[in-house]
Amino acid sequence: MTQSFRTASGGLVDRNRPLTFSFDGQQLEGFAGDTLASALLANGVHLVGRSFKYHRPRGIVTAGAEDPNGLVQIARDAARETPNLRVTQIDLYGGLTATSQNCWPSLRWDLGAVAGIAAPLIPAGFYYKTFIGPRWLGASRTWSRIFEPMIRRAAGLGRAPSRPDPDTYINRFAHCDVLVVGAGPAGLAAARSAVLAGAKVILCDEQSEFGGSLLHESQSLLDGLSAREWLNRQVQELESAGVTMLKRTTAFGYYADNMVALAQRLTDHVADVSAGAPRERLWQVRAREVVIAAGAIERSMVFPNNDRPGVMLADAARSYLNRYGVLVGRRAVITTACDSAYAAALDLHASGIEVAAVCDLRQQAPPALASQIEARGIRLMPATTIANTTGGKRVTGVIINGDASGTNKQSIDCDVVLMCGGWTPSVHLHSQSHGRLRWDADELVYAPSDKRQGQQSAGACTGRFTMPEVLADGDAAGSKAATSVGLPTAKPSLPEAENWVSYSGGHLGMSDTTQPTSLSKAFVDLQNDVTAADIELAIREGFRSIEHIKRYTTSGMATDQGKTSNLHALAIAANVTGRSIPEIGLTSFRQPYTPVTFGTLAGSGRGYLIDPLRTPASDPWARAHHAVFEDVGQWRRAQYFPNTGEDRRAAMQRECAATRNAVGIFDASTLGKIEVVGPDALVFLERMYVNSLTSLKPGRCRYAVLLNEAGFIIDDGIIARLSDDRFHVTTTTGAAAPVLNLMEDYLQTEWPELDVWLTSITEQWATIAVQGPRAREVLGDVCPELDLDHTAFPHMSVIECELQGVPARIFRVSFTGELGFEINIPTGYGLSLWEAFSEAANTAGGCVYGTDTMHALRAEKGYIIVGQETDGTMVPDDVGLAWVIGKNKLDFVGKRSLDRVGQRRSDRPQLVGLLTESPKTVLEEGAQVTADSNPPAGTAALGFVSSAYYSATLDRSIALAMVAGGRARIGERLFIPMPDQSIAVEVVAPVFFDAPGDRLNG
Amino acid sequence: MLLIKCPYCDEDRPELEFHYEGEAHIARPPDPSTLNDEQWAEFLYVRSNSRGPHRERWRHLHGCGRFFNAARNTVTDKFIVTYKQGEHPAIDGDDVEPSP
Amino acid sequence: MGDFSAVALFRHALSGHRQWPAQWRSPDPKQSYDVVIVGGGGHGLATAYYLAKEHGPLRIAVLEKGWIGSGNTGRNTTIIRSNYLWEASAGIYDHALTLWRDLSSELNYNVMFSPRGVMMLAHSLHDEQVFKRHIHANRLAGVDNEWLTPQQAKDFCPVLDIDPDRRYPVIGAAFQRRGGVARHDAVAWGYARAADRLGVDIIQNCEVTAIDRGSDGAVRGLETSRGRIEGGRIGVVAAGNTSVIMEMAGVRMPIETYPLQALVSEPVKPIFPCVVMSNTVHAYISQSDKGELVIGASTDQYVSYSQTGGLHVTSHALEAVNEMFPMFRRLRMLRTWGGRVDVTVDRSPIIGKTPVPGLFVNCGWGTGGFKATPGSGHVFAATIANDEPHPLAAPFSLERFRTGEFIDEAAAAAVSH
Repeated sequence: MTQSFRTASGGLVDRNRPLTFSFDGQQLEGFAGDTLASALLANGVHLVGRSFKYHRPRGIVTAGAEDPNGLVQIARDAARETPNLRVTQIDLYGGLTATSQNCWPSLRWDLGAVAGIAAPLIPAGFYYKTFIGPRWLGASRTWSRIFEPMIRRAAGLGRAPSRPDPDTYINRFAHCDVLVVGAGPAGLAAARSAVLAGAKVILCDEQSEFGGSLLHESQSLLDGLSAREWLNRQVQELESAGVTMLKRTTAFGYYADNMVALAQRLTDHVADVSAGAPRERLWQVRAREVVIAAGAIERSMVFPNNDRPGVMLADAARSYLNRYGVLVGRRAVITTACDSAYAAALDLHASGIEVAAVCDLRQQAPPALASQIEARGIRLMPATTIANTTGGKRVTGVIINGDASGTNKQSIDCDVVLMCGGWTPSVHLHSQSHGRLRWDADELVYAPSDKRQGQQSAGACTGRFTMPEVLADGDAAGSKAATSVGLPTAKPSLPEAENWVSYSGGHLGMSDTTQPTSLSKAFVDLQNDVTAADIELAIREGFRSIEHIKRYTTSGMATDQGKTSNLHALAIAANVTGRSIPEIGLTSFRQPYTPVTFGTLAGSGRGYLIDPLRTPASDPWARAHHAVFEDVGQWRRAQYFPNTGEDRRAAMQRECAATRNAVGIFDASTLGKIEVVGPDALVFLERMYVNSLTSLKPGRCRYAVLLNEAGFIIDDGIIARLSDDRFHVTTTTGAAAPVLNLMEDYLQTEWPELDVWLTSITEQWATIAVQGPRAREVLGDVCPELDLDHTAFPHMSVIECELQGVPARIFRVSFTGELGFEINIPTGYGLSLWEAFSEAANTAGGCVYGTDTMHALRAEKGYIIVGQETDGTMVPDDVGLAWVIGKNKLDFVGKRSLDRVGQRRSDRPQLVGLLTESPKTVLEEGAQVTADSNPPAGTAALGFVSSAYYSATLDRSIALAMVAGGRARIGERLFIPMPDQSIAVEVVAPVFFDAPGDRLNG
Repeated sequence: MLLIKCPYCDEDRPELEFHYEGEAHIARPPDPSTLNDEQWAEFLYVRSNSRGPHRERWRHLHGCGRFFNAARNTVTDKFIVTYKQGEHPAIDGDDVEPSP
Repeated sequence: MGDFSAVALFRHALSGHRQWPAQWRSPDPKQSYDVVIVGGGGHGLATAYYLAKEHGPLRIAVLEKGWIGSGNTGRNTTIIRSNYLWEASAGIYDHALTLWRDLSSELNYNVMFSPRGVMMLAHSLHDEQVFKRHIHANRLAGVDNEWLTPQQAKDFCPVLDIDPDRRYPVIGAAFQRRGGVARHDAVAWGYARAADRLGVDIIQNCEVTAIDRGSDGAVRGLETSRGRIEGGRIGVVAAGNTSVIMEMAGVRMPIETYPLQALVSEPVKPIFPCVVMSNTVHAYISQSDKGELVIGASTDQYVSYSQTGGLHVTSHALEAVNEMFPMFRRLRMLRTWGGRVDVTVDRSPIIGKTPVPGLFVNCGWGTGGFKATPGSGHVFAATIANDEPHPLAAPFSLERFRTGEFIDEAAAAAVSH
């Protein structure tokens, strides 16, 4: 028989839409509008999981986001598996498939439950005291090889999905005058008064319906209407007033400057999700004012064996009854310290559930409620606590303490125990906003006090526990928020509330403090299996701060973050240490309020969108020609262009040889380019760069080095003087943005008197290098209008011209040691110019080349690459660039630092060349250089190999290295110790080819 | 994500548009060669790292591109004031004369 | 005061665990000590422990403003490795790694050191060059570190996505097998208990408000929220508050303090066998024994003591995690938190003497201090006891900011810790 615990009528579920679902393989039926929890309970299923440590059977405790036990794995398909979802938050859909977690072989018969037998041996923190292992075995080994794997297997809850998640997630930034968090009575009232004042309002609620406690309110009348009728009217009014209404949307984090993050669940409640529909959306709302109307959370009670399935919160039972039409059992015992449980007792009784007893822990039951209870013939027992429960996978009864002496015990049979330890305001968001909390010893709550941001708390989350107060508070908060953003106050009339339920009263800590805790399993934190005895043990062992207690016992650290239990832990600690609760301290409320999907937080930042991909002009051609690419910063650059059958080395050899012998074409567009313009441009560059530039004539270029103020090389490039007041400066690929930022920094903040403008032109100009003995011929072929004669256009010069009507800047520069030109053309023309050059190069016996060949050719010439020979710790002299420094300059960025002891040491690393004794052996970049052929471990290296290639030009391997005092070691024999051998090398000058540089002038 | 008022744009904009640029009002010495190593190290590396009001530089990188100064409380991360170069509004907790 | 062991656990079970003594005393501060350590985090407690054990007899106190381990010790992602580039760094971090190995039995406290391997992913040829330089330098220094191909990396960490068609594909990894993780709180507690047993006074809820110097300039004592305490030598190990404390003695520091965020997922069954770090996409990840994925993000950009940061920093770390491990996209973030890290210009710590006689400082560990805890405490204890830098600490002096002799791991490594 299905849904045997469903009422005949009532509730908000749609009885015309039955839905089938499965739990642990069992087919069950529920209705549209159910949560998985209500549907399970409708079928009499309480047992939903096993506890973390002892594997005790556990049931549904609450009806909301705070549930400690009801965690299941939901699988839509093989790739859409989600662990650790809460049954109380899962909206039922047809075909939903849920399985229990952390049990084997089954939920009912879980072998892990043997941990319960060993429970006396494994109190809080037991693992710190054992598994230490004998030292001779290596202490860490005993732990990490034997015990840790066992512990790890036993721990964990659900299983992580095994396949990539195919779902998409999106995000949205939003701005509003007033964000209202929570659509219970306070939130609705706040949204109403704010929107009536003219505010732009966003209202969000974590549940699938707006209304909060009104959704299961059976007795109260508002403006003479039932709670549900009033609610429907409110929601309609707010919608038509233009409030942005977000259901299934949890405000999970309050961040700086009134940014609140919301997670909206879009499709998890839908049976058939249309393809491509995003699963969740992250809202980042920047609100001028925030009203937190997050409500309060019903507390559990701490008594022995309070964890049996069937022991649940009283108001949750009322919610299952009134909202879902579900009977949580047939015979209930209620234990409470709070008035609200009386409403549960009355509603349950009215629905036909037998209420065997209402045990009120307080000395005096509230008289008005007491008479209502007694009028219905329900047994009311004041000053009564529960001494124990009976049962296994379901509670079968309770043993109650009739009086404080503990002698007057009696058993009562039941199949549910409904508890209410009072209500805990949800101060999470207030606290996350750095608002302060104050302890209210009368109401036993931490309530919001001082605030640091533009927010107010309203309603039950402030510790106000009656409907009139909550409504008035919400209304006032909404008005005040509107006023704060400069809107006139609207004065909507407050709804009249009648017959409201009181939520006041409560108790903290063990229900019965006379009982010795260590003999019983009285759970505080159900999910992490932390008992009152565990907390006492922690205190006994010297853990006094609540943060210590939490960390030692793990109380409040489970996936529910202790929402129903944290105050009990505080109270027990206070009781044991004889201190007040505020003296114990309070653990911080950290984001998120409830768990948030990784995918939601990453949003659309996925795949190629995690970082922009930048491509140079030739990229489409390179892809069409099957180039192999490498990532350089954000750029994708062609590394080599293999012909059919060629591997990396073969391609590089061919490209190198063709360039040295004929011509090579290279896309250098990724180099940073900065235009420096203005009357003081020269002065500015003189101050920035180490070079002396005063003698640089318009039309000429100079190789330049840039240091940071600490004296270390951070960039190099070409400074080309286009005219007296205009320079075209290049940077390395990765340094374009930081160098521009550095220049702007000095220009704006140190030398604002200089009349200079800086413009990034990296994206505006494509740069194609034409290099090799036939470079002039190829360039002339493509651009016949140019005068490329050596005297007209010598090495290190620049011309501005037009190529077929398109403006161009042509540099005669070389990073290969060959006759070379770099042609800058507006980026839109880059590809066609590249195509023309590649064709012309082919005709001339040359080819295009990639970064591999660029690297090898420059290494043959001993040209450094910043970031390869240098590593942020090199000064110009280290890499043989002292000559670049302007001799008579009084100052430039970094100059002063070059005078420090550390930068003048004779054993500083110096750039040298290395030749392996065996010419075919190519060294590994990063390999170390030593004097000893077989250095013992712990030997300090002399330096490292920074660049190493097989040189096609020389038909042998070459390397550049940074070696301590290297220039004085030229001619020495040193060693490169490798795992399998030691490679002998000769130290040589770092120029392997055309040392005089004749080819540059070819 | 902080909300920062660019004093040049006169707009509150999200932190993503800005780049933090370190402590403010540490001017580069006009002639570094006159400083000894100790003084030079002080200029380069020693920072007040204040707990509380902190004078610092930001750049509206993805906006107007200007460098500006701010006083921000490093305990609460709240900006006290942002201001243009050359200005130096007083704030509570000022107890030292700023360097030029 | 019994030792911890399985036998002790069994014995105490018989008395319902009601007989366990406090793991450390809660003494009132005495009037004077030979050495006062300011800061009751892992580094400070370790310093006190090694001072008492190896340099005693000394009267030692540890002053902690809040509760021990409440700073970065209890807030980090617990990564332990020693494969640093420069000899000085590899020296001190490997010294720590050696101490980690036997730390549980040394302290008679299971700190759960788990050498499960630390993998640093290379995403570009430049990364590969840099990591190989590390590997070769480490081999020479006697520190294990090896290169893994993408497939080898995946064999070790099966959930790693090595599809070459990724925005930043994995092209290899540097792997230190001896690296791993430990239980951060247990490190503070283990050192505290062991130091306490050697007579060290651990004084919690004791905030230092002033440092008193004599006419000779040397330290004489401290003013605290629990009264004046005299101390001949003072060791400041107060990460996240270093500048504030040192300022009390008139010493201005070359450090800045930034927020660093981390997060954990909900617990899942074992899925992640090692530690994976990626600097290019900015995230570190491992799985705790409890089953939570522990994820480190990058620092926020501004100086802050707030211990909170922006959501965009968290999101960015999760983008990276989702890219490397696309099956984790449906997992959920359970808890986030922030720490305060003291950062130096060369991303290396400062350990040693200060211009003030009797005042010592240990700070500037940036984002990577946890791994150094035992080594840091050990060499700092020797430095304080001998008034002379321990050889492994010597390169990390304050002097280097004047001389320019940096140990720049950040520039050289292109990797943060």
